[in-house]
Amino acid sequence: MTGTTGTPVTPLHLAVALDGAGWHPAAWREEGARPGELLDAAYWADLVTEAERGLLDFVTFEDALGLQSAAFHRPDDRTDQVRGSIDAVLLAAHLAPLTTHIGLVPTTNVTHTEPFHLAIGIATLDHASRGRAGWRPQIASRAADSAHFGRRTTPQLTADDVADSELISQPLRALFAEGAEVVEAARQLWDSWEDGAEIRDVATGRFLDRDKVHHIDFQGTDFSVKGPSITPRSPQGQPLVVSLAHATTPYEFAALSSDVVAVTPHDRAGTAAILAQVAEAVERTGRDLADRPLRTFADLIVFLDDEPGAAARRKARLDEVAGSELASDAEIFTGTPAELADLLLDRRSTGLDGFRLRPGALPHDLTGITRGLVPELQRRGVFRTEYASTTLRGHLGLARPTSRYAKAG
Amino acid sequence: MPATTKRQVHLAAQLPGIHNVTVWSDPRSESQISIDSFIRLAQTVERGKFDFFFLAEGLRLREHKGQVYDLDIAGRPENLTVLSALAAVTTHLGLAATVNATFNEPYEVARRFATLDRLSGGRAAWNVVTSYDAFTGENFRRGGFLPEADRYTRAADFLTTARKLWDSWSDGDLKADAATGEFIAAGTGRFAHRGQHFDISGRFTTPPGPQGHPVIIQSGESDAGREFAASDAEVIFSKHNRTDVARDFYRDVKRRLATYGRSPDDLLILPTANAVVADTDEEAAAYAEEISRELVSPQTAIAHLEAVWGRDLSAYDPDGPLPGIEPEDDAHFLKGHSVFRKGRAETARRWRKLAVERNFSIRELVIEVGGRQTFVGSPRTVADAIDDYVQTEGADGFVLVPHLTPGGLDDFVDRVVPILQEKGVHRDDYTGTTLRDHLGLSAAPRPAGWGGPGQPLRTGRDHDHEETSA
Repeated sequence: MTGTTGTPVTPLHLAVALDGAGWHPAAWREEGARPGELLDAAYWADLVTEAERGLLDFVTFEDALGLQSAAFHRPDDRTDQVRGSIDAVLLAAHLAPLTTHIGLVPTTNVTHTEPFHLAIGIATLDHASRGRAGWRPQIASRAADSAHFGRRTTPQLTADDVADSELISQPLRALFAEGAEVVEAARQLWDSWEDGAEIRDVATGRFLDRDKVHHIDFQGTDFSVKGPSITPRSPQGQPLVVSLAHATTPYEFAALSSDVVAVTPHDRAGTAAILAQVAEAVERTGRDLADRPLRTFADLIVFLDDEPGAAARRKARLDEVAGSELASDAEIFTGTPAELADLLLDRRSTGLDGFRLRPGALPHDLTGITRGLVPELQRRGVFRTEYASTTLRGHLGLARPTSRYAKAG
Repeated sequence: MPATTKRQVHLAAQLPGIHNVTVWSDPRSESQISIDSFIRLAQTVERGKFDFFFLAEGLRLREHKGQVYDLDIAGRPENLTVLSALAAVTTHLGLAATVNATFNEPYEVARRFATLDRLSGGRAAWNVVTSYDAFTGENFRRGGFLPEADRYTRAADFLTTARKLWDSWSDGDLKADAATGEFIAAGTGRFAHRGQHFDISGRFTTPPGPQGHPVIIQSGESDAGREFAASDAEVIFSKHNRTDVARDFYRDVKRRLATYGRSPDDLLILPTANAVVADTDEEAAAYAEEISRELVSPQTAIAHLEAVWGRDLSAYDPDGPLPGIEPEDDAHFLKGHSVFRKGRAETARRWRKLAVERNFSIRELVIEVGGRQTFVGSPRTVADAIDDYVQTEGADGFVLVPHLTPGGLDDFVDRVVPILQEKGVHRDDYTGTTLRDHLGLSAAPRPAGWGGPGQPLRTGRDHDHEETSA
């Protein structure tokens, strides 16, 4: 790929984070929103088809084992915001046959759900999508959700904790450590069937080469998994693990577990600072990036309109409907597609690989990305004009790993 | 066509795709895990206007002598994930998943079935099974062991809890009213349950799909299992596919429904069956014989014998007589294979007697005890047999298990189904959109805790639909 100056440039990677009616709490009341359909297949099929039309790398689907809340750390009783959800892995699987190229990255909980079920669910998504599965593992940070299971308690964060991302993550350290073990167990299960384990050898009557199907004997701090998986190795071998991180502990989680880490800087200097922190976490965990690359994305909430000033006015109107100004962990952008392209390219020069954009309102700001931002980036020579691969790892330039259990040579 | 008093045949298809019910050595056998195979079979049976597509479950690969058992097809997807994908490429076909109540929690299972029912427009069904199998439990954080008695009460408590969760959203709770700014009603999804196994409370995330509750399937055959089905299930799978035994089973289960205020049509009895179809009865018989031999290779015959004998029999000739030595009580030989859990000495005695009487070799014996094809013949012969079976109240229909993935029901759908339609016993087209419609079940789901204090949920099952192959 060549930039306008003729110098070769690395292509930019773009993902969108889909959630409800968009990331503004009042987005569901906008004209064009489909608030009664947020839990139905057709709505999501339209959104993901649009994202694929924009040649995006992947879409993420938010999820949690409890109702949404305006407060990070506890449930609320609000009735004026989107509440209710469907299982994100099943939703992603449903969208798989309706799409052909875009990566599908559901969020799951790694605190309450059995690691074995998580591993076979994501592997099955990879089979169903022919190599386009990702996984965003997330710890259960809301203590009240533990009562939905009744098996354990998790730390109750305070309002003071929530004010600071480092403070949030401290009481949750043990859950992050356990989450990293869950991802590791899943990765071992994904590798537990080597490629070529299925031999169908009529002469010896053997369907499998049993030497290529392995117990994993995973032993974590509080759980163990024997293996092997019941699901044969999937098209990508290792589906793409994506995590969102705001502080030291989650950076370490990403360094241990993820293929893509999404971070939330609010300006150019902040981007460089966070990337340095991620690099330190990688160093501390001893990860060899040559062997296991880590792609870095920045999250942004985006409101896009072609007319200068229109997006800011729209966002202000939404704030008014919501009764308060939009607050977010991620930077909030309002402007034109060209202005956003400028910002992304500027931020990218600090070393980011790409961006996960959170549309402020759906479908408006998604089409702003696919029909405004993407053509703008293509004109500048920094975004694909067609998909060059059929797998999600392929889109991100990541090789298909050999099973860790395969004998060398 | 006199469609007046004829009982309708309900048809379902099971894709285990694995173990020794499915031939893999045939050149037409394709991947058991590729999404293409699932789509192909689901679309085939939807073309045949089947009621539903069903997936069994096995959460640990079987092992033989401490290593993964390598002679049968192995490798399967996560059920609800693959059915959610199939919901996108089918329009009417019911989608039934076996999901274990031992290694899961009600909040997440209820949520996943509500999701599938929404994604499919009302086509979800749940085959509720439990397991006390410590071998499978080694794959789970929860651990393996559930005392056999507790697994029955866990299933009942699990189902009661799931029903409360599905009922926690009422019609109209989801308002999405942009004008008033009210998205949901206050307190939507609130629930609390305190039972023997589950003590949970909070708010549920997911409004139910078009069916309210998924169709509940169970597969027990003991007295307790029949009672559980009569009180709680809407479909019962049975292994009784010989007409005399099947009729007794049918009468007995249907009789029990009245106790629970239910009518005979509220529970469908569907035995597992397979069909071998060819141009003539003779050709079909020959093909059935060939399938039986392909399903039991010489190596498979020895492995099955070892599972019963509990000792290494690799020195024996599969085409020779049964071993004279006695079985040992070593469960090491075939794990995850529930058929041979008990009664080794008795089974060996019975098999030896049969082999002597019929002059069977080891392989011939294993073929014989492995069960014969249920319906074998020309399309007309098979259609007549199925029709007769249902008209004489041996069953309400069948769950057909193809012997080939994915094309194993092509002949049945293309050649037998049209005859059943001509006879007026199988729908020409779907008349409803939900699985409840196809099964003729009432749209109103059974409420949580149905039965009340004076009529507690019956519990107990001796037999589930995990991997069993005989």
